[in-house]
Amino acid sequence: MSNPDLARLEEVSLRFGNKSVLNNVNLPLHKDCITTLIGPNGAGKSSLVKVLLGLVKPTEGSVWTKPGLRIGYMPQKIQIDRTLPLTVKRFLQIPHGYSQSDLDSALESVGAGHLIDYSIHDLSGGEMQRTLLARALLRNPDLLVLDEPVQGVDINGQTELYRLITDIRKERQCGVLMISHDLHLVMSSTDHVVCLNKHVCCSGHPEAVSADPAYIELFGASHASTLALYNHHHNHSHDMHGNVVEGDCCGGDHA
Amino acid sequence: MLDFIIYALIAGISVAVVGGPLGAFVVWRRMAYFGDTLAHSALLGIALGILFDINLSLAVVLCCVALALGLVAMQRQHWIATDTLLGIMAHSALSLGLVAISLLDNVRIDLQAYLFGDLLAITPEDLKWILLGGIAVLAAIYWLWKPLLAITINEELAQVEGIQVARYRLALMLLIAMVIAGAMKLVGVLLITSLLIMPAAAARRLSATPEQMAIFASLLGSISVVGGITLSWFADTPAGPSVVVCALLIFLLIFFAPKARA
Repeated sequence: MSNPDLARLEEVSLRFGNKSVLNNVNLPLHKDCITTLIGPNGAGKSSLVKVLLGLVKPTEGSVWTKPGLRIGYMPQKIQIDRTLPLTVKRFLQIPHGYSQSDLDSALESVGAGHLIDYSIHDLSGGEMQRTLLARALLRNPDLLVLDEPVQGVDINGQTELYRLITDIRKERQCGVLMISHDLHLVMSSTDHVVCLNKHVCCSGHPEAVSADPAYIELFGASHASTLALYNHHHNHSHDMHGNVVEGDCCGGDHA
Repeated sequence: MLDFIIYALIAGISVAVVGGPLGAFVVWRRMAYFGDTLAHSALLGIALGILFDINLSLAVVLCCVALALGLVAMQRQHWIATDTLLGIMAHSALSLGLVAISLLDNVRIDLQAYLFGDLLAITPEDLKWILLGGIAVLAAIYWLWKPLLAITINEELAQVEGIQVARYRLALMLLIAMVIAGAMKLVGVLLITSLLIMPAAAARRLSATPEQMAIFASLLGSISVVGGITLSWFADTPAGPSVVVCALLIFLLIFFAPKARA
């Protein structure tokens, strides 16, 4: 952890009305490190990303980002009205104009060079995800934030996209924060896993965690030996309001 | 002698040209109902303008902006959906306007003209305001084009990429409010939205880029205005609805035209 932070959530809590969405979340993000955020539906994963990006103000706590930090953001899914005539090239160029060679190399690096003159409305799910990734890369980011990058992509495409993200990180040494549902695929391409369910349930390096007795106790011996079978088992459960009902993991703060 | 026809043509074409790109944004951003709500509130603006004795166009713009801001504030609550909210605001504003106008003593207002437009009653004074306002709005659209497109593609992406989304959204509302104020005299509060969205919708099939669509929308809108005024002149039909009927014909013609070669 000598690696300095790119950005940090510091004791972030988020509430909408009476509904608690995030509860006292601390999360540092580092250069050249892929952090994966996992958790069930409604765990606040997307909200956490929105807080980090400054799209949503936290109710409590703060977000620190390194001065001058460039963030490349790949949203979960974007809906562009079909009445808007737009090619991939134009989509990448609004609002910042990039040179043709920048556009080409960004698209090439995600394996989508041939799409440049396509209408954005004619892209398949996987092609759209690659285009969004290219757009994020064009900003030459220090930190890449990916909200469910493989959504709507078939299994082969998913594996390939994750490999792509791993390559991008290796090549650019940027920090990556991604949200994922599919733990099987993502475990092998991540350095740090954060398990979120409104609060941080547990977190750590996937391999280190897997060797840890606490991990085995936490996730069951049968899963400890193979990361591919990582399951989201808690030793505590949550009531309908998201409060911890019993037990505790990682000695987290569940006040 | 034929001055009023010339005025009507110039005013109508000005509004159509400005309405092209704005109409495109209304279509892209699915703001048709929002535009309608603003237009309905224009009548309330007229009533308030007469009441406080201020320039009516200014009163309409102020009223539209107040409504737009009110809507943005109301959208923060989550128990009523936006379209319900728009419905409530549109018809309340229209009814409040009608009630307020009826309560104004010793003021005689041709309500029909405000509801359906009176293209042929444009004065040189009106024309001056429409032209000046039109140039200002066009300049603003040109200047704000890229950020407006960016927030239309995706607001969150735009925000993360450093665009002040709220500011540009407000600017777009303001521009639409100004066009509504300008167009009200021409086509009336009940028909304004059609003049914004029909040429833009028709232009979609002809366009490969956003810019093309905006320009085609201006062009088709202008043709509708000329056609409508001509129809009104020869067949003695009401001018505003005649313009809208022309816009409809153009839309249908393009929509059902055989597909061009790719």
